This record gives sequence, structure tokens and C-alpha cells, in this order.
Amino acid sequence: MSTEIVLPVDREAVAALSNSKNEPAWLAELRLQALETAVQLDNPKPEKTKIDRWNLDAYGTASTNAKVAQFSELPEAVQEVLRSSEDSEVANVLVQVDSNVIYTQLAEELKQQGVIFTDLETAAREHEELVKPHLMQAMKADEHRVAALHAALWNGGVFLYVPRNVEVSIPLQALFYQKDSAARFAPHVLIVADTNSRVHYVDTYISSETTEASVHNGVVEVFVKPGAKVTYASIHHMSKETVDLSYRRAVVEQDGGIEWIVGEMHNGNTISDTTSILKGNGSTSDAKVICVGNGEQKLNLTTRAIHFGKSSDSQMITRAVMREQASSIINGITKIEKGATKANGEQTERVLMLSPKARGDANPILLIDEDDVTAGHAASAGQVNQEQVFYMMSRGISREDAENLIIRGFLAPVVSEIPNEQLQAMLKSYIERKLGQ
Amino acid sequence: MATEFVINGLKATIEGKEILKGINLSMKGGEIHAIMGPNGTGKSTLASALMGHPKYEVTDGTVTLDGEDLLEMEVDERARAGLFLAMQYPSEIAGVTNSDFLRSAINARRGEGNEISLIKFIRQMESKMKALDMNEEFAHRYLNEGFSGGEKKRNEILQMMMIDPKIVVLDEIDSGLDIDALKIVANGVNEMRSEDRGFLIITHYQRLLNYVKPDFVHVMMQGRIVKSGGPELAERLEAEGYDWVKEELGITDETVGQE
Ligand SMILES: Nc1ncnc2c1ncn2[C@@H]1O[C@H](COP(=O)(O)OP(=O)(O)OP(=O)(O)O)[C@@H](O)[C@H]1O
Ligand SMILES: [Mg+2]
Repeated sequence: MSTEIVLPVDREAVAALSNSKNEPAWLAELRLQALETAVQLDNPKPEKTKIDRWNLDAYGTASTNAKVAQFSELPEAVQEVLRSSEDSEVANVLVQVDSNVIYTQLAEELKQQGVIFTDLETAAREHEELVKPHLMQAMKADEHRVAALHAALWNGGVFLYVPRNVEVSIPLQALFYQKDSAARFAPHVLIVADTNSRVHYVDTYISSETTEASVHNGVVEVFVKPGAKVTYASIHHMSKETVDLSYRRAVVEQDGGIEWIVGEMHNGNTISDTTSILKGNGSTSDAKVICVGNGEQKLNLTTRAIHFGKSSDSQMITRAVMREQASSIINGITKIEKGATKANGEQTERVLMLSPKARGDANPILLIDEDDVTAGHAASAGQVNQEQVFYMMSRGISREDAENLIIRGFLAPVVSEIPNEQLQAMLKSYIERKLGQ
Repeated sequence: MATEFVINGLKATIEGKEILKGINLSMKGGEIHAIMGPNGTGKSTLASALMGHPKYEVTDGTVTLDGEDLLEMEVDERARAGLFLAMQYPSEIAGVTNSDFLRSAINARRGEGNEISLIKFIRQMESKMKALDMNEEFAHRYLNEGFSGGEKKRNEILQMMMIDPKIVVLDEIDSGLDIDALKIVANGVNEMRSEDRGFLIITHYQRLLNYVKPDFVHVMMQGRIVKSGGPELAERLEAEGYDWVKEELGITDETVGQE
């Protein structure tokens, strides 16, 4: 390892940025502290994946795109994702292009109920009491260099607050679009679901086609207060040259629940880490991740549940299809702390390899420090089952169609969970694209 | 042309072991043939080899359907040529719904540009499911996943009815069925009887043959058909077992492929 510490940005640049955005002093200070920490930290060491040769520092420079007032003024690539088939007006949506949010739309009715849905920069200025106690608390800046750099550099992003007892029935949606690969792309999503509230949130990460290296350094923090339920769905589909570093963390209090639905359809190297911290008694987490890898992609996907609460429950499913030379390491980590009696954790990781050069490695890890618990795991990595192919062919279906049905069927349990038809259709189209159809 | 299915001198091996040692069997449309025989005598192997299961290597013989060489064909081509096998142990396929699977199977035979309309398909499937006393939810369940033994068998018959094949091989379709289900499945088969469709029914028990009357009964031992007769042969086997056949033919070990 090199001993020379070089950061992709310097102190002056970070301070200047805070200044230009009129950030409150606490936030400017947080960024500078994180930058200092970054100097002393190493990059993360994801299980069994070497990332030293990845281009981890292509952060580019912060850009400023003009805000738009009308949906029709958004870039075509953005409209395409958001436009539903029937009507062109899209409700409850936020759009970030490169380094800043350019469009936010929230139904009047939700505003009346006290729902806050805005870019995180604005929220930091206007809702300090809600942002400050949570920002970079589920994911600490000193966890590793990527986290620290995120804390120092994050831009745009989402702040979603759902007040006590409020149930939001339609999914709120955000779209993060890296148009210019030279622009810094580090959105931070912060969701606070207050006591007994309910919300569905979905977001999509896309980029323009480019041959330039870039990094998406994204952190998602979800705070689920007692009795609240949050569904978070996310689809990633950026260019091959973009390294996707995505950390998702939820802290779940008593009887609260987090549901993660993640579609890893990115085209470049990926670290994806989705963690639920089950703090409260009776808290639950349900994580479903699907991934299609192709080309020379290297992917490291981790889902993790850390149980502190008694009778807490975690479910994790990861399904990955690897074709061509793609390779993936799939980690499932169930950690049950001492005192988390009657906790239950189940996990399944499955990898389907479609070519002799594709690689997939499923690692179920159970770390249990309490006796009175139940936990289970299942993992497999293999090719398409030829007995199943024979069965389908015996009904007249061609080999190719049979394999295609089996592969799509393998991913179906997660696809069908996406809480928005439009996004489900989009995820399917990304799957087709990545499967080379 | 009336359907004609001819198996001639068929030999097959699995992992180098010869299991089928020269099967001869000729069937015409409208006929029902039953194959009986003790466990491990090669009945399912015959069914799998006919369908073209990749584990079985045909080393000798011919199989033709209406004069066409089946052994030259891929599994899916055999199916589209009119062969159907209801398997002893049908596969479970998660994520693929029963109805999507069936529609793909039907469209595969109809060819591109001639796909069945969704509404017509649904109507057909619903009426056949009703005839088989299957709950509608089975249309949307994943293919055979978590089905009980009997439900899987019924689902095989549903597929047969939807696909409308010329030669139907039923491998122990009666095992795992309760009495009512047995009648329902038998009715399904009887409804499908026609001049241009032949059935080859592999079974251990007379009870299915009480409902579906065979024209011919064959006994399989040691990878061969060792005895053939009419329906009365099945009745005698049910009453007396296989010992008299073995005695008559001087067979001590009827199984095949055992070291
Ligand atoms: N995949 C296989 N691998 C190894 N041996 C096999 C395989 N399939 C069949 N055999 C062997 O071939 C022989 C015949 O098996 P087969 O399944 O055809 O019998 P069967 O007559 O259908 O029996 P049953 O009445 O029990 O269904 C058996 O000895 C069996 O163990
Ligand atoms: Mg058998």
C-alpha cells in the first residue's frame, strides 16, 4: 500500500463549497472534520474483492445545474424514466442531475400533512433539528475512507421526513442522473420516518453513456422510529466506467420495519452494502437484492442485519445472475448481539452463472452471541438446472426460451416486489438489456 | 394419416450401464397400451429415452412417429412433433408461473406470428382446470413449486390437455393420487382419447386401468418387454404379482442395471 496520502479534494475546495451553499456552520465543520479523518483511513476491504485497482478517486468537480420549474424541461433521459405511460405529470418526485437537485415536486396534500421531501442541502438549512441528529449517524464518517469522503463531499440528495402517524400511500420517488462524468456525483439520501408512520420511497441511479471514469459515492440512511414502516426500493444502472460505491443503512427502533428492494443493474464495478441495525425490540428487516452482472464487471454485494432488539427479525434474499466474465461476491451477514433473545435471522444467497468464465461466490455468515435465537441460511452458486431445461423442452419450448424463462424466474421474486409499476417495467427492461436481449 | 408410433430394437445406457436392452413396441392412434413391471426394470428409462433426456444415451434402435425419426430430434422438436411425457417426478421451477409456462409451450408449437390470444388462452386454461377440479390459483402459482404429489400429477394432465399431443406417455400418473383425483385424471385421459392419439401408460396398479381400459398390456423386466397381452394380463398381475411371469420365463432377478 502506498504511504502517500492523496485526497481527491482539498480543504479549501470543501470549505468554499460549503460557503457557496450557505451551509450552516455545523455542517461545514462536519465536512472538514470528515476530510481530515479521510486522510487517516483506508479504503473499505470488502470480503474477497480486491478494489485497489479500481478507480476510486474519480470524483470530478462539483457542478451547478440550473433548476427547472416544469417537468417538460427535464433532460429527456430523466423524463423517460419518470414518465408513466398514461399521464405525463409525475407527482412526488425529486431529480438530481450531476451535483445538485434541479426539480422537486410534492403533492400539496402531503405538505399539509407535514411531509418534508426536499433536497438535503435545503433541509440542512431549513430543518436543522431533524437533519443534524441523523446525518452520518447510521453510517459513520470514520468507518472507512469512502465513508469519510462521502461525508466531506456529498451533494444534492434527498431529505424525506414523515411525521408521526402519517401514512403516505403513493411511493415518493427520486432520480439521480449523472449527465456529465466529470461532475461530482455523491448524493446522500436521508429518510426519517417518525413514530407509527408509513412510507414507500423508490430511487433510480442512471448516467449518460461515457468512456470517462467516474465514481458514484452514495450513502442512504433510514431512521425508522418506533412502529414505523419504510419500504426503500432502489435501481442502479450507470455507465460501465462508473464505479458504484453504495452504502445503505437503516436504524430500526421498537416494532419498526424496514424493507429493502435493490436492483443492482449497474454496468461497472460495484460495492453495494445494505445494512439494517435492528435496535428496538420487535424490529424487522426484509432485504431483497437482485443483480445481473455482465462484461467484465466485478461486484461485491453485502446484505447485513445486526440484531440488538429482542424478538427482532431479519430476512435477506440475494439473487445474482452472472454472464460473460462478470464476477460477484455475495455476502450475507446475520449478526445477533448478546441480549437479543428470541431474535430470528434467515438469509439466502443464490448465484446463477451463465458462462464458463462467469464467477459467483455466495458467503453466508452467521455471527451469533446469544443462545436463545433462531437463524438459518442457504446459499448456492451454479448453472442453469438442466433437469428444469429438459422439463420445459419436453413441452416444446426451445432450449433458449427455456433458459430465458428460468433466468427471469430466478429474478422474479424481487422484481415483483417493486412498489411501482413504472419502475418494475424499467427494472425488467434493464434486466433484458443486461442479459443481452 | 392415422398416428403411428414405432419403437424398434431400442437400447439405451446411462453412465455406461445398459438399461434398455432392445425394446419393440408399435402403437397406432386410438390405442391405449399399458406398461407394467416391477421397480427398477427400466420403465421410466424408456419414457425418458423416448423424450430425449440428455442423461440417457441411445445406443441402438429406432423410434418413429408418423414415419419421422424421433431420435434425430432435439427434445423440444420431439414435443412439437407430437410426443408428450407426463413425468414420474415433474420438475419444480420457481419464478415461472404455471400459466406463463403453458402459454410458452403452446406458442412454441404455434410458431412466431401465430401466438394464441391471451383471452383465448385463459378461457381454455380455466375450462381445463375446472375439468380437473384444480383451484384457479394454480394458474398463478410457480410451476410445480410446493405442489403436493397429487397436484403435480394433475398439473401434468392439465399440460397434456392444453398441448394436445399425438402420443402421450404417462409415467405413474396414478401414484400419489387419492381415489377422487384418480377418477378425475382418468376422466381427463378418457376425454382425450381419439382416433389419432395413442397412449402409453406406465403403471403399477390395476386401479387406473379400471378407469382407462387398455387395449394392450406389456410387462417389462430386465430392460425388455418380456410379455404382452390384453387387459386380462393386468388383472392377473394385480391378483398374483409377477412371480408366475418370472417363473414362466426363467427370470430370477427382474431388475436391470444393478451391479
Ligand atoms: N439417472 C440415473 N443414474 C443412475 N442409474 C439410473 C438412473 N436412472 C435410472 N437408473 C437405473 O436404471 C434402472 C431402471 O430405472 P427406471 O427408473 O427406469 O426403473 P422403473 O422401471 O421406472 O422403476 P420404478 O417402477 O421404481 O419407477 C434402475 O436400476 C435405476 O437405478
Ligand atoms: Mg419409474
